[in-house]
Amino acid sequence: MKTNNMRRLLALLAALALFAAACGGSTSTDTADGGDSASESDSGDGDSGGDAMTEAAECAPGEVDGPLAIYNWTEYMDPELKDAFAAEFGVEVTEDNYDSNEAMQPIISAGGSGFDFIVPSDYMVSIMIDSGDLQPLNKDAIPNIGNLLPEFASGLPFDPDATYTAPYQWGTTGLGVDLDITGEDVPKTWGLLFDPAIAEQYNLEGAYATLLNDPRETMGAALKYLGYSLNTTDSAQLDEAKKLIQDAADRVAAYDSDQYDELLVTGDSTVAHGYSGNFIVQFDGAEGNYTYFVPDEGGTRWVDNMAIPKDAPHPCTAHTFINFLLDAERGAQLTNWNFYASPNAASEEFIDAEVLEDPIVYPTDTSKLEFIKDTGDFEINFSDAFIEAKG
Amino acid sequence: MSSTQKELRGASKWALSANAVLVYLFFYAPIALLVLYSFSDDELVGRWGGFTLDWYRAFGENDEVQGALGVSIRVAIISTLISVVLGTMSALALERFRFRGQKIFDALLYLPVIIPDVTMAVMMLLFFTQGISLLDSILGIQISKGIATVALSHIAFSISFVSIVVRARLAGMNEKLEEAAQDLYASKWQTFRHVTFPLIAPGVIGGALLALTLSLDDVVITQFVAGPGSTTLPVYVFGLIRRGVSPLINAVSVVMLAASILLVLLSSLAQRARGGQAT
Amino acid sequence: MTTTSPAPSALATPEFEAANEKQKRRRGFLLALPAYVYLSLFFAIPLFIVVVYSFATRTRSGGTALEEWNLDSYRKLGEPIVTDILLRSITLAVITTVICLLLAYPFSYFLATRKETTRNIMLVFVMIPFWSNFLVRNYAWRVLLGNDGPVSQLTETIGLGETTVLFTPTAIVLGLVYGFLPFMILPMYAAIERMDWSLIEASRDLGATGFQTFKKVTFPLSMPGVIAGSILVFIPSLGAYVTPQILGGGKKTMLGSYIVTQFLTARNWPVGAAVSTVLMFVMLMATLIYFRKGGRTL
Repeated sequence: MKTNNMRRLLALLAALALFAAACGGSTSTDTADGGDSASESDSGDGDSGGDAMTEAAECAPGEVDGPLAIYNWTEYMDPELKDAFAAEFGVEVTEDNYDSNEAMQPIISAGGSGFDFIVPSDYMVSIMIDSGDLQPLNKDAIPNIGNLLPEFASGLPFDPDATYTAPYQWGTTGLGVDLDITGEDVPKTWGLLFDPAIAEQYNLEGAYATLLNDPRETMGAALKYLGYSLNTTDSAQLDEAKKLIQDAADRVAAYDSDQYDELLVTGDSTVAHGYSGNFIVQFDGAEGNYTYFVPDEGGTRWVDNMAIPKDAPHPCTAHTFINFLLDAERGAQLTNWNFYASPNAASEEFIDAEVLEDPIVYPTDTSKLEFIKDTGDFEINFSDAFIEAKG
Repeated sequence: MSSTQKELRGASKWALSANAVLVYLFFYAPIALLVLYSFSDDELVGRWGGFTLDWYRAFGENDEVQGALGVSIRVAIISTLISVVLGTMSALALERFRFRGQKIFDALLYLPVIIPDVTMAVMMLLFFTQGISLLDSILGIQISKGIATVALSHIAFSISFVSIVVRARLAGMNEKLEEAAQDLYASKWQTFRHVTFPLIAPGVIGGALLALTLSLDDVVITQFVAGPGSTTLPVYVFGLIRRGVSPLINAVSVVMLAASILLVLLSSLAQRARGGQAT
Repeated sequence: MTTTSPAPSALATPEFEAANEKQKRRRGFLLALPAYVYLSLFFAIPLFIVVVYSFATRTRSGGTALEEWNLDSYRKLGEPIVTDILLRSITLAVITTVICLLLAYPFSYFLATRKETTRNIMLVFVMIPFWSNFLVRNYAWRVLLGNDGPVSQLTETIGLGETTVLFTPTAIVLGLVYGFLPFMILPMYAAIERMDWSLIEASRDLGATGFQTFKKVTFPLSMPGVIAGSILVFIPSLGAYVTPQILGGGKKTMLGSYIVTQFLTARNWPVGAAVSTVLMFVMLMATLIYFRKGGRTL
């Protein structure tokens, strides 16, 4: 026993000594470069877009130049699609996940992330373009891009000429409501959150609501209720919205961006502010009577987009993968799997009828919907106002 | 180290036992819920849908969860081993010796405990990105972020936790035994092996348990320093929560719990068997 | 700089020869070296970058321009919104620490007075729940404390009425105590277990009451564990943001979530870096003073 333990300890110490020696050797050089590396991160962090790439990668359709590293939202990609791609093109596919745009962007922006394929949302696309985080797409390598609906093929506010991105899927932000408490005839209005009279009329008592814990979404809901644009850069309008949320404090059970759908069906809330797709999945298994809608005052429409980081190790494989996902049947497979709307016109015939006809997935009127746009310096006002509104 | 004199009396003995029972109840209440719902045939944790083993089956078939679990365990073991050795050495140095630069070292050791998670995440991201590109441009060594960078970061914060726990054990501990051993011509190593180490062992074990827990639970720092293929279980779970906490995650947690209990039981059995041989 | 500092542990030995002293000093240094080098490379240098960032400027697109050095980010700390957040976070962290102390002290004492094999197993069973998953545990508490959750049902059955603690500060404290209690138990146990029990015996033999013995002998002897544990609980509680989010419903912004918001949502790294820098400086000073004071009472 003793010798055994001793040997293990000795081995450890030896490994440690080697390790320490290696570290010791490099300390001096690294210390000297400490200041240097900090100043270098200026360009790494990329601000003015000065280092944005203008040249698209030279890739042929179907060309692969190595394994594919996907960085995507969790449970957003049907695993069978990855397997199919791996089999068809003979490359290894790995997927890693992030939980928010904000957590993904600094990692890509810092450089050297090793990822080939990412799925940022609309406003994050414009931030990433500004920061020079993305490389332009070579459309010649993506023939299936012609499958997109015209409204998604070009003219999206965050990337008007579709230079850097191709849409992945889209959805809306609105309200999920427990109809067993409010009754069936509930009005489609943000007033359910912000107007005490409406709340009382529909049996909404106590802290009945959850709001997204996201300054842009929640300030945006209040701005929409007031009749303003959710991309306002007018401080007075923002103050009004802040006041509205402050006044609603007693009616808010939680600010939650992850579990609002579950809190609704467990009875911990009656009105929940959240994203369309999650509600569908949740209502599917629930016993009660629930609905989701975007209020008539308007709300957020979002698009997640396929993009390639500027320093992707295997850009051609990434192009081929984008083309692969834009294929009619595969686009449909994605929507049938995760219940988010497809921007792919050719996919429609392959999408399950019950999904295609579901107004939660495909809202009938999209005229009042707005994309969240990056407001530059005004973003600070949004996040400060939200913190102050919460108290 | 015998406990025969530590007799407790009357009411205080009763109160202490009651408190211990309460603390264990507190610790295991959510665990009981977690285990229960891992067998529930319903997507929603908290809504009982009848008994099923489907979630365990799903775990068996889910390569992503298994991969993430594998990464977590590897990182946890590597970072625990290294940080325990470094942390214990630093605790001994600080409590037993006086040396140049001691105060700075002391301060440096507390910082990883004090720093907010996200701040450490951001700084490690910048550091590794710059470091890797420097190594590439100066030495031509190409490394990418991955399990190694995750483990290096975990060690960086674990050392301090280990060190603090071991120091709590060492502080004011009697040095006479060690001196006696040296007087009896035991070598430095023998003294450490047979006297010091057994004395500080509870602190070292506590520190190791803490380091293991910290490594298995870290989300933010890991997320920022990981590369392709090095998603750990907590990072995966964190993302999954967006899509609803399915009992699949409960099943994974139960498997981890069961595995660790088994490990503990086996090692204590092994210890007992060996102890029997030695004496 | 070390010659003036008092010895960390009082040496009772009479006189050391100069050579012996020098050698001991060298050995101490060598013992500390690996951790020192490691932390310098993988912590101090990265930390230096953060401090540099705190003087930089946020660009329009949320990047960080490492020019136009200024103190604007530090000025933001004086705003009432930040001081409110700070006060609230400190209050919750203090409450959490005190509750942990009250629970962990008797528990560690109990643990330390068991037989060796029993206490090792008991200690491991303290840690086992924490090898499941931090987030899953927090969500389990959310289910436990929910509107129709088990806790509420239990209190209703025994006639206490519904429990509605979810999304209140009480739930945050409960979650923090749950999460950090082992951080208190481990160092405390390590300290109590090594106590010289003959001193306690002696005190009792000399006719001191249980309370007197505790106050004059037991507690001072266990002080290092109390201090280490308090620090390991207080500091992470102050910076916690997952538990306040999940169990507190993210309603009142805490220091941890404020820093996260600055780094991620607002993409304002200079402010995030400035808040962190000040927080670390203050906490470091407090910790060092606290430890030194604790050291003297030994």
